[in-house]
Amino acid sequence: MKGQLILIPGRSAKQGVELNKGKLKDEYKKVTSILEISFEDMTTLGLETGDHVKISNKIGETNVTVKGLKEGKIPEGYAFIPYGPPSSCLFDGETCSTGMPESKGMIIDIEFIKKGEIKKKELISLDKQDEDKQDEDQQDEDQ
Amino acid sequence: MSTANKVIKIVNEKTVENATCTFCGCCCDDITLTVDMDKKVITQAKDACILGKAWFLNHVIEDKPIARIDGKEVSLDDAIDEAAKILMDAKFPILYGMSDTICEAQRQCAPMMDDCGGTIDTTTSVCHGPSGMAFQGVGEPSMTLGEVKNRADFVMYWGGNPAEAHPRHFARYAVTPKGMFTPNGKDDRTVVIVDIRQTKTAGVADIFLQVKPGKDFEFLWILRAACKGVKVPENCKELCGIKKEVVEDLISRMKNCKYGVIFFGMGLTMTRGRHFNSGALMALATDLNEFTHFVAKPARGHGNVTGADNVVSWQTGYPFGVNFSRGFPRFNPGEFTTVDTLTRGEVDAALIIASDPVANFPKPAIDHLKSNKCKLISIDTKQTPTSETAHVSIQTSTYGINTGGTVYRMDDVPISLRPAFDSPFPSDLEVLTKLRKKVNELSKKANRTYSKNKYI
Repeated sequence: MKGQLILIPGRSAKQGVELNKGKLKDEYKKVTSILEISFEDMTTLGLETGDHVKISNKIGETNVTVKGLKEGKIPEGYAFIPYGPPSSCLFDGETCSTGMPESKGMIIDIEFIKKGEIKKKELISLDKQDEDKQDEDQQDEDQ
Repeated sequence: MSTANKVIKIVNEKTVENATCTFCGCCCDDITLTVDMDKKVITQAKDACILGKAWFLNHVIEDKPIARIDGKEVSLDDAIDEAAKILMDAKFPILYGMSDTICEAQRQCAPMMDDCGGTIDTTTSVCHGPSGMAFQGVGEPSMTLGEVKNRADFVMYWGGNPAEAHPRHFARYAVTPKGMFTPNGKDDRTVVIVDIRQTKTAGVADIFLQVKPGKDFEFLWILRAACKGVKVPENCKELCGIKKEVVEDLISRMKNCKYGVIFFGMGLTMTRGRHFNSGALMALATDLNEFTHFVAKPARGHGNVTGADNVVSWQTGYPFGVNFSRGFPRFNPGEFTTVDTLTRGEVDAALIIASDPVANFPKPAIDHLKSNKCKLISIDTKQTPTSETAHVSIQTSTYGINTGGTVYRMDDVPISLRPAFDSPFPSDLEVLTKLRKKVNELSKKANRTYSKNKYI
């Protein structure tokens, strides 16, 4: 099934950790290829967490893995992806005389490709590990 | 543990107190590092956040050549000679990056571009460049993070996600620390988060405001009007996603706090409106000074991107996107900024220092960098898509881990680095000093107009 979303690329802690390990490593590529969208949009588009989708616009296209977010985490009609080579494929070079390309808020087409090999549980457990780690760090700080 | 084991441990370990993490703009300078001096690795980074730990603990001395030309190992001097020749032969050379190196290395860059009539630009142009433009328009109601820690009772984060990008910002500077006039830490502060999505940062908020995507400027302008006593429009929610009553409550809190601060991120500078968004936010902070003390500051990303702005500013008068082709510095974002010059295909030689445009730039700019129309030179501490694409690639040691020097924290406070252990790779300062000297020699030989009338 096809649809359109507005893409918001941004930083994520996991992306930050992986880029320190090496930008040429598979894990960095994996982390920057996860597209987060709302469960409402997942239902509309007939997608499940772990599915592979193609996202594209007039600039380029790339294949990513989709992940559903709880209600309210991201507005309906929007998608988040950590900064990295896949998101760069979709940035336009036009900066409106500022030097800054419009790097958030691009309209993208999204299209289902195939069921993923990454299982839903695996993606969720990766997130859980991150959150637990950050909670520990925060507790250390507070002490 | 036996006594013998203990002795071995002491001999091989080194502790570095108050080391500075240069991964993000927080530049936390209270990290205690434990270094295994045999293996040349950092085994512990006490007090570092998740990103800081990744920065320190993943640092290894790679078994790679110092310098390569087209992938083949060469001597450092040969690589510098080739790089200098490329820069001097080019019609439109650019120098880009510098956000992950020390100020002492950064100061070698502008004179080099002055010598070859090129353009110098920092990663600021794709970060808080629009905020830099807004500073020139409306000024910057500034402060240091120490002031925030000790005084701020109203803290707002707008369009940023420090929980993931600056994890210690809350605990060290703005939300939970106990300060001179905020003895109860978070209990003495109101924390407001404005974002289009409920990020992990929203978890610390007393008030979370989910602004309509692309409507930050409208929300800021409504707040400015409300600050001046103008009635908040009834259809406020339709305009910006926030209810009228919430806006009225918010502006009342902002006017009545003792010391207010807004930190803002890419959510303002990378979206439609760019410098108008940053300008509106800083104008709002300025307006609020009629009622109380209020400041605003961009939450900067890379370790020393603030240093790059400062160094290029005090050398040329402008923070980024500076061109020397007429023998004096000219600043014009859009004309001299790197994404634009690459996208238009103007650049025929690019010297990339401590950054990775081949991975992060827009596709048309990457296409030009990779094409045979542009000779790419990379100076970086790690292998990246840029270093692997480059015609000349020089690997250097890492600032803050292998080399000392000065960095600027996101609030423009300079910090001296305490390196943990030596590296076989040369420092950025050493490489850039040599390259600057070589370019200067070639420039004098070429006898160009701008080689006679030096600006710097």
